[in-house]
Amino acid sequence: MAHATETTGTEPTRRDFLFLTTAAVGVVGAGSLLLPLVGQLAPDAQVVAAGAPIDLDLAPIAEGQAIKLFWRGKLIFVRNRTKKEIDEALAVNIATLRDPQTDQQRTKAGHEKYLVVYGSCTHLGCVPLGSSPGEPKGEFDGWFCPCHGSHYDSSGRIRKGPAPLNLPVPPYAFTADTKIKIG
Amino acid sequence: MKTTSFRRALTGLVTGLAIAAVSPVLAAEGAPKPPRVSWSFSGPFGTFDRAQLQRGFKIYKEVCASCHGASLVSFRNLAEPGGPEFSRGQVAALAATYQIKDGPNEAGEMFERPGRPADRFPSPFPNELAARAANGGAYPVDMSVLAKARTYERGFPWFIFDIFTQYQENGPDYIHALLTGYKDPPQGFPALLPGQNYNEYMSGHLIAMPKPLNDGQVEYPKGADGKAQAPETVDQYSKDVTAFMMWMAEPHLEARKRMGLQVMLFLALFAGLLYFTKKKIWSRLPDHASVH
Amino acid sequence: MSGHSTYQPKTGIERWLDARLPIVRLVHDSAISYPVPRNLNYLWTFGGILAFMLVAQIITGVILAMHYTPNASMAFNSVEHIMRDVNFGWLLRYLHSNGASMFFVAVYIHIFRGLYYGSYKAPREVLWILGVIIFLLMMATAFMGYVLPWGQMSFWGATVITNLFSALPVIGETIVTFLWGGYSVDNPTLNRFFSLHFLLPFMIAGVVGLHIWALHHVGQNNPTGVEVKDVRKDTVPFTPYATIKDLFGMVCFMLVFAWFVFYQPNFMGHADNYIPANPAATPAHIVPEWYFLPFYAILRAIPDKLGGVLAMGGAIVILAFLPWLDTSKVKSMTYRPIARQFFWMFVLVCIGLGYLGAMPADEPYVTISRILTVLYFGFFAALALIGIFEKPTQLPTSIADSVLGGSGARLAHATASEPNVKG
Repeated sequence: MAHATETTGTEPTRRDFLFLTTAAVGVVGAGSLLLPLVGQLAPDAQVVAAGAPIDLDLAPIAEGQAIKLFWRGKLIFVRNRTKKEIDEALAVNIATLRDPQTDQQRTKAGHEKYLVVYGSCTHLGCVPLGSSPGEPKGEFDGWFCPCHGSHYDSSGRIRKGPAPLNLPVPPYAFTADTKIKIG
Repeated sequence: MKTTSFRRALTGLVTGLAIAAVSPVLAAEGAPKPPRVSWSFSGPFGTFDRAQLQRGFKIYKEVCASCHGASLVSFRNLAEPGGPEFSRGQVAALAATYQIKDGPNEAGEMFERPGRPADRFPSPFPNELAARAANGGAYPVDMSVLAKARTYERGFPWFIFDIFTQYQENGPDYIHALLTGYKDPPQGFPALLPGQNYNEYMSGHLIAMPKPLNDGQVEYPKGADGKAQAPETVDQYSKDVTAFMMWMAEPHLEARKRMGLQVMLFLALFAGLLYFTKKKIWSRLPDHASVH
Repeated sequence: MSGHSTYQPKTGIERWLDARLPIVRLVHDSAISYPVPRNLNYLWTFGGILAFMLVAQIITGVILAMHYTPNASMAFNSVEHIMRDVNFGWLLRYLHSNGASMFFVAVYIHIFRGLYYGSYKAPREVLWILGVIIFLLMMATAFMGYVLPWGQMSFWGATVITNLFSALPVIGETIVTFLWGGYSVDNPTLNRFFSLHFLLPFMIAGVVGLHIWALHHVGQNNPTGVEVKDVRKDTVPFTPYATIKDLFGMVCFMLVFAWFVFYQPNFMGHADNYIPANPAATPAHIVPEWYFLPFYAILRAIPDKLGGVLAMGGAIVILAFLPWLDTSKVKSMTYRPIARQFFWMFVLVCIGLGYLGAMPADEPYVTISRILTVLYFGFFAALALIGIFEKPTQLPTSIADSVLGGSGARLAHATASEPNVKG
């Protein structure tokens, strides 16, 4: 404390610079702490690895039937559509649709009879009915969500009810005539 | 004088502790300390030697894995940064050579399918009892974290120095010593029973695992000159497989040490700035009436 | 917090809030204008360091709990899952496990500082006792946390420590069974330890609140042990003086912390804890975590089961009685030539006991442990006696005098702060 008196001149400027630098470095340090604290919330390596693409054989699915499977913990419907269902899907005037998409956009060329969609209603995430025999398929031969009454057509498009969007199509590709790789 | 007697008590105490500190060294003379190995992953800048980890994996796969599992390690880890860094293709191909039990399928039955990178290394035995039954009662332990689960006593005062020298390869040194420590029992050692082997570094010198590595047992990849990348000797095998075990036990070691350097440098800078800031602030003390 | 508040709400919103919930005033009075003795040395930064460590442990702990599975068959692997798969999981886990050790490093320095400078003496007895309670809660929390990875040391540590209670006559066995939730340490034990390990830190935080309240009510002790006489001359406002000093101390401490986390993360742990718990085999040489070693040595020094447990408990509980055991009126050992020597001897005794706690229960360790145990308790007896005949050296007349070498005249000091700290 002996030479405690402040000298005038450049001193205040230098002091301000020091204070500002220290504060800035402190803010950077506190900010970088957020990286691990928030980063840990992201899916971990095991979850990511378990989300690798999966192979599926479509041959066992008879015409008019649908199966359910999981990929990345999400439910997926795979339906082998009847001629009638395909025709209905193609006949729709897409201008009348809430989420306009053609049936071709939602299937793979040459494999139109297979429809692959996520089994989660776009309203609030319930599982729509219509995949198992005996379940209501809604007014458009597709799916019907019992939670809030959304009707999807045989192309998985929203036709009636509160849901805003069509059932999304997961990424997939045909690896053989009746084999697909999802993911 | 009072103070003298305190000093005397103090001296007595220190002497007592010194005796206590020295005696374990005397007591433990039976088991030699593992020799220090120079590891690429030691010290603040340590990193794994990719080629060494790949050789170590080969030894694990061809020798150890027939008895020892590594159930916490996945095939995918072999391709991750900071490890052996095989290519993703190599790992996928390797995984596919394993049959992994999966299921149940639609019929409710378990089935086997080719491995995927996300699968963990399959264990050689379905459970510990099966492992014991197949190994004369001894359990070949899982190797996933073994390099961290094994150690040897450093003793006073070495364990204090270790804080500053960052010596922490007690486990790897011990494992390397153990793998190279198979010897004929010395004169006068009780005759070995079936299933017992003499090892210089095992506590009690008796180990159930027979000598696992022999010179020339595992073929190493050839370098450009047509010679093996590293000597095909027990010593080199031991070093390589131990390094691989260290990576299995601490797969993020490189990332940790790298981040450590950044954090230490940052903190040192910040501490320096704070020191001068603190000095500045305190230097204005007598005048601070107006400030506050 | 005694005396007048110097908080002046400036804006309308501040005045409005101040009339309803004077929280800004509370922060202002306890963290900004709060008068701090001007002669505090760096040992006084450990209070702030401890607060930081508590928050750090709670944050990393809450995050680890998001990824950990408290089930005997999955706990070990879930910790390894954190170490291998979770993003930054290895960092969070090592921060938390080494954080526990660093927490104890800081708390021991804090305790010995209090011992040396007589911070337990009137009017700080309650402050000190609250500190002892925090210490006990910390020990319980750390012990239960160490059980969670469900390694060999976790399991056998839990077995040995819970069995301490079986030493109690009549009800001992029942207590142990209730602690376990079964007939041995098993899944129910792990589950309740996880629950309590999550709860206790918040109880610590609560007692820390009381500890700080008591501290701010009586004011801080200081290296001279002479109470504040003139707030203007003897103290400085907490902010910026103590704040910046605490921050500097904290960052220096974080350097040490980071050294262990990044370079020696398993130094303070035990290799055996990387072996999954096995109820059929006790590790050859089981020891508690280093911060329990002195008490563990006292436990083992007594050849009687109940006696050992009582001695170990007594070694902690006796601290709570220190304010009345020490008969000297002088606080700081700087001015107590005889007590000071005893203090340093006590430090050596504690370190010695710590070393012996890690050694096998053989000779010569047992005999030395017994001697040191006697010396440990002897320290408290000595403090009671020394105070009667010890002749303290000349105390400074005031804090300002001790800083400025006798002439406090130069010190033109704050007029804004009221003289508000009771002596």
